[in-house]
Amino acid sequence: MLVKFTNYHRAQSLEDAHKTLQKDKSNTIVGGGLWLKLSRREVDTAVDLAGLDLDLIETTDKTIRIGAMTTLTQIEESDTLRQIASGILVEAVSEIMGRQLRNVATLGGSIIGRYGFSDCITPLLALDARLDFHERGIVSLQDFLTEKGKVDDILKAVVIDKTKAKGYFKKVKKTAHDFPILNVAVVKSEDGTRIAIGSRPAVATLAQAAMDHLAAATTIDKKTITQAARIAKESLKYSTNHRAGAEYRAHLAEVYTRRGLMEVNGLED
Amino acid sequence: MNINGRKRIFDIRPDELLADTLRRHDYTSVRKGCDTTSCGVCTILIDDEPVPSCAYLTVRAEGKKITTVEGIAEEAERLAGCFGDEGADQCGFCNPGIALSVHALKLSAKAPTEENIRHYLVGHLCRCSGYQSQVKAIRRYLGDTT
Amino acid sequence: MKKTKTVNQRIRSIDGKGIMMGRAAYTDDFAPKEALVIKVLRSPHAFARIKSIDKSKAEALPGVEIVLTHEDFPRNPFTRAGQGYPEPSPHDKYALDDHVRYVGDEVACVAAHDEETAEAALKLLEVDYEIKEPVLDFEKAKGHASIIHAEEGIHEMFPIGFEPEKNVAAAYHMEVDDVEKRLAESEVTVTSSFYTQAQSHTALEPHTVNARLDYQDRLVLYSATQTPFHVRRILSQALEIPLNKIRVIKPRVGGGFGGKQAIHGEMLAAMVTMKTKKPSRLTYTRKEVFEATYTRHPMRIDMRLGATKDGRITAIDCYGLSDTGAYGEHALTVFMVTGSKVLPLYNKVDAVRFHGDVVYTNRVSSGAYRGYGAIQGNYALESAIDMLAEKLGMDPVELRQKNMIAEGETSPIFEIMGEGTEGTAMNMETCKLDHCVKRGMELIGYKDKFPRREIGNNKLRSVGMAIAMQGSGIPYIDMGAATIKLNDDGFYNLLVGATDIGQGSDTILAQIAAEELGVDVEKVVVYSSDTDLTPFDAGAYASSTTYVSGNAVWKAAKTMKKRLIEEAARSLGVEVEDIDFRGTSFKSKKDGEELSLSDLSNTLFYNDDQKQLSVTESYYGTKSPPPFMAGFVEIEIDKETCEYEVVDYVSVVDCGVTINPKLAQGQVEGGIVQGLGMAMTEDVKIAANGKLVTADFLNYKIPTGKDIRKLTTEFAASYEESGPYGAKSVGEIGIDTPPAAIANAVYNALGVRIKSLPITPEKIQAARTEKD
Repeated sequence: MLVKFTNYHRAQSLEDAHKTLQKDKSNTIVGGGLWLKLSRREVDTAVDLAGLDLDLIETTDKTIRIGAMTTLTQIEESDTLRQIASGILVEAVSEIMGRQLRNVATLGGSIIGRYGFSDCITPLLALDARLDFHERGIVSLQDFLTEKGKVDDILKAVVIDKTKAKGYFKKVKKTAHDFPILNVAVVKSEDGTRIAIGSRPAVATLAQAAMDHLAAATTIDKKTITQAARIAKESLKYSTNHRAGAEYRAHLAEVYTRRGLMEVNGLED
Repeated sequence: MNINGRKRIFDIRPDELLADTLRRHDYTSVRKGCDTTSCGVCTILIDDEPVPSCAYLTVRAEGKKITTVEGIAEEAERLAGCFGDEGADQCGFCNPGIALSVHALKLSAKAPTEENIRHYLVGHLCRCSGYQSQVKAIRRYLGDTT
Repeated sequence: MKKTKTVNQRIRSIDGKGIMMGRAAYTDDFAPKEALVIKVLRSPHAFARIKSIDKSKAEALPGVEIVLTHEDFPRNPFTRAGQGYPEPSPHDKYALDDHVRYVGDEVACVAAHDEETAEAALKLLEVDYEIKEPVLDFEKAKGHASIIHAEEGIHEMFPIGFEPEKNVAAAYHMEVDDVEKRLAESEVTVTSSFYTQAQSHTALEPHTVNARLDYQDRLVLYSATQTPFHVRRILSQALEIPLNKIRVIKPRVGGGFGGKQAIHGEMLAAMVTMKTKKPSRLTYTRKEVFEATYTRHPMRIDMRLGATKDGRITAIDCYGLSDTGAYGEHALTVFMVTGSKVLPLYNKVDAVRFHGDVVYTNRVSSGAYRGYGAIQGNYALESAIDMLAEKLGMDPVELRQKNMIAEGETSPIFEIMGEGTEGTAMNMETCKLDHCVKRGMELIGYKDKFPRREIGNNKLRSVGMAIAMQGSGIPYIDMGAATIKLNDDGFYNLLVGATDIGQGSDTILAQIAAEELGVDVEKVVVYSSDTDLTPFDAGAYASSTTYVSGNAVWKAAKTMKKRLIEEAARSLGVEVEDIDFRGTSFKSKKDGEELSLSDLSNTLFYNDDQKQLSVTESYYGTKSPPPFMAGFVEIEIDKETCEYEVVDYVSVVDCGVTINPKLAQGQVEGGIVQGLGMAMTEDVKIAANGKLVTADFLNYKIPTGKDIRKLTTEFAASYEESGPYGAKSVGEIGIDTPPAAIANAVYNALGVRIKSLPITPEKIQAARTEKD
């Protein structure tokens, strides 16, 4: 038995979902159902958020709001999201597992566990995404990623800016169907450049020192970019797991940060 | 739920997975190949989109249109002919799931390129064929004579 | 060569349609609905003695029918390896033992009414272990203080070098001439060690078996197996059940590749059903398939080559250390193939030696896996050949062309090395290696692409190649048989023991019969692999089906044809010589009178001198004519990150005549992609405590449809006289060349040689950094 729970509850509202979750420590949200299957926990009540309109991609003047129950396929096929930052979120999502899985996996499920191997988190971090929770309201993804512990709140949506930024995303992996060895996302907007490096194997973080180096530079040219890439390599922690070694990850981070920065700045590598 | 055009009513546990429910009720074509939703063998269609039945709660399928390969017999037969012509017919364990995904791809009515096909089907692992003969067979099935 | 109507035609498989349409075909599809579900308690320790097992709580759980431990089995050691009797593998396994020897080893099993109850019962088993020091490094296993097999009763069936007190399962040594002397005299030498990893088969169908007692009170097993007859024999001997009380049926199997060429759950399911009198089923989870079935033997191979300055290879010394894991299935035989189906490629050397040990470790057992040692040996030898070419300043293809085996030649190794015993001398009646190499060069564009080209954007493209050989069955050991039975309306039943595991043997065997009998394939209905109803066949391994089973079918068809002509002659009142056999009819040469096969068959059933025409013939090989191939790979590699992908893999294969060219191509291409998996991304990883890290598809990475984009496959024109319609076998040859071809391509690109598999970008980058 890969999934075990005693009760299934289709939430009538977010408040109802929240109350049900409080009733038992083991109670959990069923997103796409995939983490529930891998977790092997025994759960009392599984709470389903389907039917609460959390699966919409909505555009306002300045932002795009992606519901937490949006499937990865919806994201992959979204023309709206394809326009944002050279479509890096769409590109990242399209390389996750296969069509069947993307048809049921949700964006919320891909973020909430703060998994290092999440291909969604890295580009969203570079896009300065915000998370909209039921109880606590808006939290930046950046802050959320530094927190620890089980998330008791309910994620409603992920919000990103409608930006004319240029973006770059690279997933290094062994086979096409794989978790990443390393993820690099670069977004250059009018406000500056954000570099996110994930799956180190730790969860994505901004290469702040590298970003600062760029921000302080008078011109962005190949020299500055090469230095920034070197700083990204040296300023972040990379570790070894059975997928790859720390040294190789660091090397990849440098190479792809450089290539990403060159690309978003329209320079030839 | 509606399975292959027929209304079925089942008694299920709340945590039951669709693959087990279907197999229990003699939809023998629904099989499992792994524990981690990674291989594509258990693929069925829900509302004409491929879904991993091993990770799909049966309770969520209520009211939805479910298709197993038994429900697309003609298309599966035709695809089998294409597989046979290209020598892609080996152990067959991955075939029913692939047949359903190919059917869904066809329904989404674009003219898929080889790249599209490989991308759409990347969630179907095959250990026998080396994939090339499968892709050729699927292109033939979709009417791509290039 | 007469043109054939069915053989060498691209005929659709006889079962592809029914399977695509989802009809019941595989083992678990036939499990009785009320079968007890068996779950296995597996060892959390790499090496331990079971001091006690308290099963009382588990037995008391409602819904639990039985709990079995080692105390419930007769103490008869056996080998799980599906091989001919007496097996060349040591009898070192008890069904359940008071020792566990790898993380995942069977401790006990529970049979209950449903899966949930069985799993709950497992948790209620109380096992007291005495943990022992595991041996996890195969290079330290021989002579290690921790002895993995110290138990009484285990033995070899004939001398194989079995020294369990030293953790040695088998050992081998052979030498032609004096290798040390020749190496010392050589003008140029290459010495290098290569490591190959454990590889998992990952057939898409998990291992499964179900058992029941039928109305004759016989034990009937449906098993996903490559060797039903061996399973029956091993069960009978181990569980002391009379052989005539057991029936093993192999339905459609969802892939084997060697992973189902040994006992998996049959022993436990048989015992559960015998004791409870109820049907039972044991289906492995994917995790159990990874951690508790078999893997390829990891090896270290020390290769030494000696040559003259002008490129004549004079000596090859190959030492191997093979890791057979916790039990010795296929230990000696895989090891010997590492030499016997690789070293003869360079048959004109003055001296050659092959020797080494196969050791036990506390890892999951290694077993049969397509290639069966040849892929490991090929990686080492074909890498070393490229190294030698460089030292000689020669093109690597030229060096091979100068030294490789040619048609009409032989090698002393054939006579010396067999399947655990002596071999069989043979000449290469067919060997189109020269064509395979030349044509492969053309197809990949070798001359323009060797060694590498810059293509801009930080990328290089390069080419690498390797040649390979395999075998066609095991001479004097593997026997296959076929029965052909005539029905009314003029169609045939073809009953074969040969096991179709997806490679299409049912189809190609029907083609051979149909060709000889002059009918369409539809008129030959195949039923295979049922120990009660079909004649014997050793099973689907050693690339034997086309050659051995195919020859049996051909013999049977010829004999049937003879019998038919006799009957037709009698019916038409003429002599046998006066009959013109036309497949679906017989014509008298005397007066032109014609008799249809359909009419004759009806008459034989119902009307006149009634008899059932049924013919059984058997065949065993008196040699094992190797298929050959040349593999060429073009890769594109990133100069900075060393990530690379395969642009094209060209295979030119000599397997004699292809009975079914499309299915043969499928065998080659499927093998190539499995070989590329081993070369590039697959790696069975064990943690420091012996626990398997890569126990699912998320962590063990096999190629997907987006990874290998282009395969170019051609067959050489070749006709092997001793094979059915000129055929040799083709099941394994495809897997052998990719590791060396990739290693050579990477070297040609970046000047670093990776001597351990898989060849990952990380290893290439590290090697480059070290070189600089």
